[in-house]
Amino acid sequence: MNTFGTNILLALVWVFLTGSATLGNLLSGFVIGYGALWLIQPLTGSSQYFRRVIAWAKLVLMFLYELALSSWEVALDILTPKLRARPAIIEVPLDVKTDAGILLVTNLISLTPGTLSLDVSDDRKTLLVHAMFADDPEALRARLKSGMERWVIDAVEGP
Amino acid sequence: MTEMIVAGLILLGGVFGVIGAVGLLRMPDVLIRMHASTKIGTLACGLIVIAAAVHFGSTDITIRAVAIVLFLLLTAPIAAHMIGRAAVSTGVPLWNTRQPPSATPVPEKTP
Repeated sequence: MNTFGTNILLALVWVFLTGSATLGNLLSGFVIGYGALWLIQPLTGSSQYFRRVIAWAKLVLMFLYELALSSWEVALDILTPKLRARPAIIEVPLDVKTDAGILLVTNLISLTPGTLSLDVSDDRKTLLVHAMFADDPEALRARLKSGMERWVIDAVEGP
Repeated sequence: MTEMIVAGLILLGGVFGVIGAVGLLRMPDVLIRMHASTKIGTLACGLIVIAAAVHFGSTDITIRAVAIVLFLLLTAPIAAHMIGRAAVSTGVPLWNTRQPPSATPVPEKTP
């Protein structure tokens, strides 16, 4: 059984032992199981799993942060009388290889207000992105690549 | 304390909903209008659903709330992507938009 399955099993055992089936309890069981598995790592042989979980947590947290930040920007532009939007369609080269990775990157880019993924080229190497505040396309491209795409690669494809 | 959190979340969700609707009226072209409507709408909806989960605080309601948020996050960007792609590939005029030379309208693929 892989490490993730073992961790889920430990979380379920924790729920049964403490006798209260709430979501928070399941979550704390998962965290405790993660700690236990991390402690016995020398016995089971090291696995990518531990770094992967951290990467996923980082992806979710950073995504929520980006969502809040860019929602604020768009809301501010809607509410103030002067339009500050400088829209542009920019090309972003893709480093993600797997289908799941590309899906995740495009979905996350679409979900943050201010950027909208339009199309992936046929050879899956470039992504067309419509950006609302593209005063500096180069900086925006670098931000997308070192931000969203980096986190997705860490989480889905491993380092 | 819980009531304050719930009230804050619902208020924030409502305010974002209104902002999204205003943006739908104010913004100059189709793609920018989608920035305003779909995504801020998703955020508003998510905030209100989370508020409901916090208010009831029971496991079955929380699980349903998580499922609703997940489906919102899964479907909203796909719809936005398809509408945006259709708009660009049919050559809808865009307001003040800089485009790379290669980004000529995508030719429609015949099935």
